[in-house]
Amino acid sequence: MSYKAIVIGASAGGFFALKKLITALPSDFSIPILIVQHISPTSDSYMAKHLNKLSGLTVKEADEKEIIKPGHVYIAPPNYHILIEEDCTISLSTSEKKNYSRPSIDILFETATFAYGEELIGIVLTGANNDGSSGLLSIKNSGGYCIVQDPDEAEVDTMPLAAIKTSNPQKILTIEGIAKLLIKINNASKKQNKIKKKKKDIN
Amino acid sequence: MYSDSKDINRTTNIEIDLILEGIFNKYGYDFRNYSKAHVKRRLLNRLTTSKLNSISELQHKVLHEPGFFEIILRDLSINVTEMFRDPSFYLALRNEVIPILKTYPFFKVWHAGCSTGEEVYSFAVVLKEEGIYDRAQIYATDFNHDVLDIAKKGIFPIDRIKEYTYNYQASGGKQSFSDYYMANYDSVIYDQSLKKNLVFAEHNLVTDSVFAEVNLIICRNVLIYFNKDLQNRVIDLFHDSLINGGFLGLGSKETLQFTTKANSFEIINNEEKVYKKKIIKK
Ligand SMILES: C[S@@+](CC[C@H](N)C(=O)[O-])C[C@H]1O[C@@H](n2cnc3c(N)ncnc32)[C@H](O)[C@@H]1O
Repeated sequence: MSYKAIVIGASAGGFFALKKLITALPSDFSIPILIVQHISPTSDSYMAKHLNKLSGLTVKEADEKEIIKPGHVYIAPPNYHILIEEDCTISLSTSEKKNYSRPSIDILFETATFAYGEELIGIVLTGANNDGSSGLLSIKNSGGYCIVQDPDEAEVDTMPLAAIKTSNPQKILTIEGIAKLLIKINNASKKQNKIKKKKKDIN
Repeated sequence: MYSDSKDINRTTNIEIDLILEGIFNKYGYDFRNYSKAHVKRRLLNRLTTSKLNSISELQHKVLHEPGFFEIILRDLSINVTEMFRDPSFYLALRNEVIPILKTYPFFKVWHAGCSTGEEVYSFAVVLKEEGIYDRAQIYATDFNHDVLDIAKKGIFPIDRIKEYTYNYQASGGKQSFSDYYMANYDSVIYDQSLKKNLVFAEHNLVTDSVFAEVNLIICRNVLIYFNKDLQNRVIDLFHDSLINGGFLGLGSKETLQFTTKANSFEIINNEEKVYKKKIIKK
C-alpha cells in the first residue's frame, strides 16, 4: 500500500511530541504531512519556524490554496481551520470552533479522508480533549491507516484514549515507534513508485 | 469495501454539483465556485442535523421549501466575526491608509462581506478618532440579509466586551472603548454617531457587479471560502471598484500574490495584506 499523505492531531503536550516525531524523520522523507496542533488564537507562527530549523524537511504554516507537496510539513495557522480540497490543495476557514478548537483536528481529518481515501495515514497524539476521535474514525472507515500515541507515553492521555476507543486504530505506538513505522512506509512506497515508473518506461 | 467508500464519495460529489446548480437556478445564489471542501462539510453537517440520508434528499427539500433554503444559506455563509479582529490590521490602516484618506475632502469606504457589522463599527471608531468620520461615506454589504438586519441594529451580546476592549487597545485605540457603546443588561448598543454615514445593503460578490467607486475596500475572511477562479473574479471586481490609488485590505491569510491582478496593485503592508491600486496612466 502506498500513502499520499499523513495527518497528525495534537493538543496539550503536543509541541514536544511533534518536535520529537518530525525531527526523527530523514530529509528524504517524501509523504507530505499536515498537522493540527491546538494553540491559542493569538499565538504567532513560532512552532513552524522552530521545527523548520530543526528538521531536514520544509516545515511551514499552511497557506490558503497552497498546493500540497512531497517533503513538506504543513501546520495549521492559529485561529484557522484547515481543510483539504480533493485537488490536494489547502483551504483555510474561520468557521465556528469544533470541540472548542480552531484549528480542529476532526475537520482536517475528515476533509483529508475525502481527498485521499485509503491512501491516508492519521495519527492522534497527546491531548486533553476528544478532538480527532471522530476524524480518525472516518479515516478508518475509508480504509486508511490509523495510529495513536501510546497513552502511557503521552503527556496527557485523554485524547489518545478517546481516539483508541472510538476508532480502534491499527497501531498504538510510542513516538519513536511511530517515526520508525513512518520511515518504513515511506521507503516502501518509494520502492513501489520506482517499480511503477520502470514498468511505465518499459511499456 | 473501501472501493465502496470511494464510490460513495464520488456519488456525493456529483450530488453536490447538482444541488448547487439547483440552488443557483431556483434562488440565484451561486455557490458553484466556492471551496468544495467547505461546501461539502457544511452540507454533510446539515444532512446529519436534519436527519436526511443523502444530498439528493437535501436537494429535494431545499428546492421545495424556501424556508429551508434560508437555513442552507446560513450554513454556507460563515458569519463568525469580532470587533477589531486582528488588531494589527487596524493599526496598519491607521498608520498607512488614514494619512492618505485625510488628504481627501470626501471619500468612500466599502466593507464587502461585513457579516453582523463588527468590522464596520470598528473601522467607524478609527475614522472618528482620526477626525475624518464626517468626510466618509461607508457602504457595508453582505449577501445574507439576516446578518445585515443584525448589523443595522448595532446591538451586540455583552459577553465579548472584555475581548473587544483588549482588541481595541491593541489596534491603536486612543480613548476608552466604553466611550463607543452603552451597556444594557445583556447587550451593548453602539453609539448612534457611528451610524450616521453608514449604509448597509445586500450585495452578492459573485453575481452582482461594481457597487460604487470607492477609496478603500475592506474584504476580510470572505475570499478564503472561494476557489481560485472565483477569487480572481472578485479581485477583478474590486479593482474595477477602486479609484486610482485606492486601497484594498484583505484578511490575514488572504493574498493578492497568486491572483491575476497581482501586478495591478502595490503592496503597502505585506503582513497585514494592505494593497494599493496602481495608477493607470491614460
Ligand atoms: C467570516 S465572515 C467575515 C466577516 C468580517 N469581514 C470579518 O472578517 O470579521 C464572511 C462573510 O462573507 C459573506 N459572504 C459570503 N459569500 C458572499 C458573497 N458571495 N457575497 C457577499 N458576501 C458574502 C458571509 O455572509 C459572511 O457574512
